[in-house]
Amino acid sequence: MKGDTIASALHANGITTLSHSLRYHRPRGFFCGIGKCSSCFMTVDDIPNVRTCIMPLKENIRVIEQDRIGSLPDKEFKDKKRKKIDVDIVVVGSGPAGLMAAISAAKQKVPSILLIDENHLIGGQLVKQSHKFFGSEEEKAGTRGIDLANELLEQVNSLKNIKSMLQTTIIGCYNSKKNHKLISVKRQKEGDLLFEINCKSVIFACGAMENMLAFPGNDLPGVYGAGGVQTLMNVYGVKPGKNVLMVGAGNVGLIVSYQLLQAGVNVDRVVEILPRIGGYNVHAAKLRRCGVPIYTSHSIKEVYGKNKVEGAIVEKIGSSFKPIPKTQQDIICDTVCIAVGLTPSIRLLEQIGAKTEYIAEAGGHIAIHDSSMQTSVKGVYVAGDSSGIEEASTAMIEGQLAGVSSAMSLGYDKQGKELQKKYIKALEGFRSGPFGLKPKICKEKIACCWDGGINY
Amino acid sequence: MEVLTIKQYEKTGILSLEDLTLPNDEQLKKGVAVIECVQEIPCNPCVAVCPVSAISMRDINALPKIDFNKCTGCKRCVGICPGLAIFVIKLKDDKGLITLPYEFYPIPKVEDTVTALDRKGKPRGKAKIVKINRNNKTSVVTIEVDKELIMDVRNIRLD
Repeated sequence: MKGDTIASALHANGITTLSHSLRYHRPRGFFCGIGKCSSCFMTVDDIPNVRTCIMPLKENIRVIEQDRIGSLPDKEFKDKKRKKIDVDIVVVGSGPAGLMAAISAAKQKVPSILLIDENHLIGGQLVKQSHKFFGSEEEKAGTRGIDLANELLEQVNSLKNIKSMLQTTIIGCYNSKKNHKLISVKRQKEGDLLFEINCKSVIFACGAMENMLAFPGNDLPGVYGAGGVQTLMNVYGVKPGKNVLMVGAGNVGLIVSYQLLQAGVNVDRVVEILPRIGGYNVHAAKLRRCGVPIYTSHSIKEVYGKNKVEGAIVEKIGSSFKPIPKTQQDIICDTVCIAVGLTPSIRLLEQIGAKTEYIAEAGGHIAIHDSSMQTSVKGVYVAGDSSGIEEASTAMIEGQLAGVSSAMSLGYDKQGKELQKKYIKALEGFRSGPFGLKPKICKEKIACCWDGGINY
Repeated sequence: MEVLTIKQYEKTGILSLEDLTLPNDEQLKKGVAVIECVQEIPCNPCVAVCPVSAISMRDINALPKIDFNKCTGCKRCVGICPGLAIFVIKLKDDKGLITLPYEFYPIPKVEDTVTALDRKGKPRGKAKIVKINRNNKTSVVTIEVDKELIMDVRNIRLD
């Protein structure tokens, strides 16, 4: 169907096994839904390892389940010429941070900005957010993510100095003293195109990927990332199953559970290993008044089923995170959603040579940056979840900050200092409440690393 | 270091009346907004939308404070709150009117009879749909219930 990806179309037709594991031939299904993991690799028109979750559906394609690594057909890629592009700023990622970075740099009158995204839609994870956002009026609170994505897309289209390249993956980053070189592949109907992009500054707003939990059966088709389910359901209109067990009561787990109910899917329960619900009470309250129980101090033990999820065992967790014997419950379900946090996507930042550190509050390794969002590599900036897991509202402000700072580094500094100050103040405001504590600590640690204050 | 105690609602997701600021009978007769937002979340659309400045906040992270004497029960905050955490409650003779946000399909119709649910999702008898407004895809639904239930019923289920 129009607008579908290969994986969503297969799902809509009841095909949930997309590949098999190499050694034990275990069935594998889709997990993240946004092109961040390897769970949906299939062979499409003889090309192996195609991430079918972000590959738009076309007529007359041959999609084959893949059970070995596969090899590339030589003639497809032989003698491919690369096209050279020169721009001032490249923004990698078109989520809330990337969009705002591009828009704010464009408003500073930077002549050419290129916005790149792997997906076929602009907006990153905004496109699947059907709930109203929190925050202040300036950050569009009360607006649904999908409406916000459309609003920002209109702004991008109205700014003549922003060009966008969708379905484009950066496969290599190199930097020299004067400029940065990004090698990218654009997927299109007529065949893939190779680009060599030279730019003076680059902003990485690559987002994050969902965490997995280790338990027996976690690779069975039917175990999804909660965000993957949200994509499947809200972007492609495909229900993941009939009865869902949600693992994790942070905001993602709570919001996706509620959206499953809205889509007409039953949510059996939400289990949370911690003794308290991590997400906002208002989200938990919405679920509870619909009759969905939330079990704190409970976790998933295993998932069982032949070739797909048929049920799961949950158990009560005591002190020191030890399971309490004889508290196991068997839940009949066809879908298990894992909502246990995110890990920043920093591979491109690492490749370009930005200094990284492990910061637990950030959700993993991140590129350290100064207060203007510049990394240890001159002209390379970072914004949004790839600089520490946080909310869309703060990602937008960080994007603006990175966009303005990047523009300033190129000499487009009209009111730059004032704008930087304004954004930094807004970020401090958001991080001053109890739910902002973790990102606040994260950013303090980053500042410490930046100053050389912590030696690892 | 601060000792962290876990509040009951943090375990269950369900607020009790002790967690809330409630209006008196006089104010309820007029009809006022009851805000069920007890955590310091960086969020303020309710303050911005209130036409009579009855809702205030020290800063974006503070809890919303409502002045029941100023509140006119206009229901704008019900449709705007991203947390769906504001309800307008009014006493009318021996009945109670509850205005709540509703984000499911199908949307009920005026005069429909639905099941009233409490904060646990437990059925608490029948309710009649009195009025429906739409605000950015959130339906703002007013139901009529027994007046004893006005502080318990917070959701509806279409039968």
